[in-house]
Amino acid sequence: MDNNLSYVRTEMLQEQTPPLGERGIIRWMRINLFATPMDTALTVFALLVIAWFLPGIINWLFVNAVWSGPDRSVCSTVAQGGIQPEGWSGACWAYVNANFSQFMYGPYPIDQHWRVNIVAILFVLLLVPLLIPKAPYKVANAIVFFFIFPIVAFFLLVGGWFGLPYVETANWGGLLVTLTLSFVGISVSLPLGIALALGRRSKMPVIKMLCVIFIETIRGIPLITVLFMASYMLPLFLPPGVSFDKYLRALIGVALFASAYMAEVVRGGLQAIPKGQYEGADSLGLSYWQKTGLIILPQALKLVIPGIVNTFIGLFKDTSLVTVISMFDLLGTVKQHFADANWASPQTPISGLIFAGFVFWIFCFGMSRYSIFMEKRLDKGHKR
Amino acid sequence: MASQDITPVGRSSAKASLLYDPKVRGLVFQVLTVVVIAGLIYWIINNTITNLQRANLASGFGFLDGRSGFDISSSPYLAYSSDSTYIKALWVGILNTITVAFVGIITATIIGFVIGIGRLSHNWLIRKICTVYVEIFRNIPPLLVIFFWYLGVLSVLPQARQSIHLPFNTYLNNRGFFFPSPVFGEGAWLAGVGLIVGIVGALLVKRWARKRQMVTGQQFPVGLTALALIVGLPLLALLIKGFPLSFDYPVLGSFNLKGGAQIGPEFMSLYLALSFYTASFIAEIVRAGIRGVGKGQSEASHALGLRAGPTTRLVIVPQAMRIIIPPLTSQYLNLTKNSSLAVAIGYPDLVAVGGTILNQTGHSIEVVAIWMVVYLGISVLTSIFMNWFNARVALVER
Repeated sequence: MDNNLSYVRTEMLQEQTPPLGERGIIRWMRINLFATPMDTALTVFALLVIAWFLPGIINWLFVNAVWSGPDRSVCSTVAQGGIQPEGWSGACWAYVNANFSQFMYGPYPIDQHWRVNIVAILFVLLLVPLLIPKAPYKVANAIVFFFIFPIVAFFLLVGGWFGLPYVETANWGGLLVTLTLSFVGISVSLPLGIALALGRRSKMPVIKMLCVIFIETIRGIPLITVLFMASYMLPLFLPPGVSFDKYLRALIGVALFASAYMAEVVRGGLQAIPKGQYEGADSLGLSYWQKTGLIILPQALKLVIPGIVNTFIGLFKDTSLVTVISMFDLLGTVKQHFADANWASPQTPISGLIFAGFVFWIFCFGMSRYSIFMEKRLDKGHKR
Repeated sequence: MASQDITPVGRSSAKASLLYDPKVRGLVFQVLTVVVIAGLIYWIINNTITNLQRANLASGFGFLDGRSGFDISSSPYLAYSSDSTYIKALWVGILNTITVAFVGIITATIIGFVIGIGRLSHNWLIRKICTVYVEIFRNIPPLLVIFFWYLGVLSVLPQARQSIHLPFNTYLNNRGFFFPSPVFGEGAWLAGVGLIVGIVGALLVKRWARKRQMVTGQQFPVGLTALALIVGLPLLALLIKGFPLSFDYPVLGSFNLKGGAQIGPEFMSLYLALSFYTASFIAEIVRAGIRGVGKGQSEASHALGLRAGPTTRLVIVPQAMRIIIPPLTSQYLNLTKNSSLAVAIGYPDLVAVGGTILNQTGHSIEVVAIWMVVYLGISVLTSIFMNWFNARVALVER
């Protein structure tokens, strides 16, 4: 007897796939590109703009580009005295290729380039484990990186000791200047900025006033004026006969400028720490320096990591301004070589600038991505 | 007994702690700082005086009345020649700085708001394009952007003879952008009067409409009325006077363009670079500001029956502005300060003119002092204006 008389279905139907418009790429496109008539119009407009510009840009950057060649003739049309057909337009990477060592080292003596290379390798070897959170020996690594490495780098780059020929800073250039200026600027501006921020929040009126005057004056004027001051006025302030290296003067200008901005960023962090933290530290009987170093600063600095890195990025970009006081960093060297009769063509400046921009971009973008990564890692969920 | 025991302990500890008394220590520390700083300043002044004497340089601002002897390529407001004084040259520089900063701020704000809102768009493509824009311009130095426009784009434009002809009788070549300049004929003053009356009328209409909405709840198309008043009245005035407005068109000659008005390549590249560079920062500020308005606000607004447009206009934007304005102010100031990069391409702004004077006369202290005063002055004025604006949009709590 068949007593399978259930009212409820015991066997389920095969699940049907969602309709075509509700799955996969079509659903994604419907939501993200064609949600409303306005959206559709925008998408079509954006696609038209891309279709209009992108092929030309790709053509110029890669397809029509000249990758190597002896001189300007490969990058100019027949009418301009070159070999390219009339109407040709493309990037002149040959120019970047031919001057690459200049862009990296500037007029640093060619047979001494190995010294810069060693410093660069040491820099990367020390920096990478410092940036990877899981790498061991953080404290030792940091001490080597911030105290021993600069001394070694100084002796290697400047020379004059241990049989190394002396290379004066006037012979430095290119990316070497950009990176050394930024590294020293960053390592000086962070502690100086913290000190200024603490001074600005100090209870001693004189200290507070001095810090406020310094910070607000520097923040109110452009970096170029600070650099002009460092290069024209600093010599006036010193006793007759004492003279400063030009590189060092630019360095002082850049570092002081960045430290004023750093101070404001750190102050923001200090103000965001609840009063209970200060009072808790006081009630434990900690001294001012213990309170600041153990309780307040670790929390405050963690809060403002994005701001600190933004200031670093700003400083890195600002080092390009030293061209104005006729020092040659990466941008200055690239620009200086536009006038090179061997390579002067209508395509040269824009190719060189795109190369320099790409190098700057890689460094700045890397820094900003790393700060986002660190921010997420350090976020202990205290934020409300 | 107990009190007798405690008092001497207290007294002796007070004596011993004089060195540890925070007040005393603070005072000593501050006095020391003042002495050191004063000594340093004295030392610097002393050195400076010695150095100036050795270089046979007189100090003071008297040199500003001297004949400058150099030309300035762009002086749209003041009649300047190489026979003018140094002080006049500085004024030209200040006005040029203000001009480029002003137009740059307006353009950067417009581009920045468009890109910033675009980054929050529901449209994936628009969002990505805006992100690419922001990530490119935020991560390269402004000086490089200026060089890009100046050396990479504008200086490789064709020469005057092969000028690119653009709509509205404008031309583009490697000497800049040429456009028709308006020539006002007899009776054109009435148009100016019309403009002023239009603006005043629009303001009055706005006030009246606000009052009426408060009382009756009815809305009035203020924007359209204002547009009609501000554009319509001057046009009407021109019509009454028989259109006394004509244009001086640039005409392509054999070697150069004649007539019309010209914007030089230096100004163009500085203006474009500053606008595009600062816009990427403003875009991020706008995005953060709009994100900063709680989701509950837009949900509540939808629940009240407001649609997407009025929700954005009446609920989101007024609240986002409170978050946006303080960082926006510092971006405006950054743009103004970055305009000093003009010196790198030879646009005669305050720093470029001052640098020339500094090199000619050697009065570095005075020139740097003038720079500092002017830039600090601009900073303070902008801050005051933006603080006033901020106070207007700030939350008024009951």
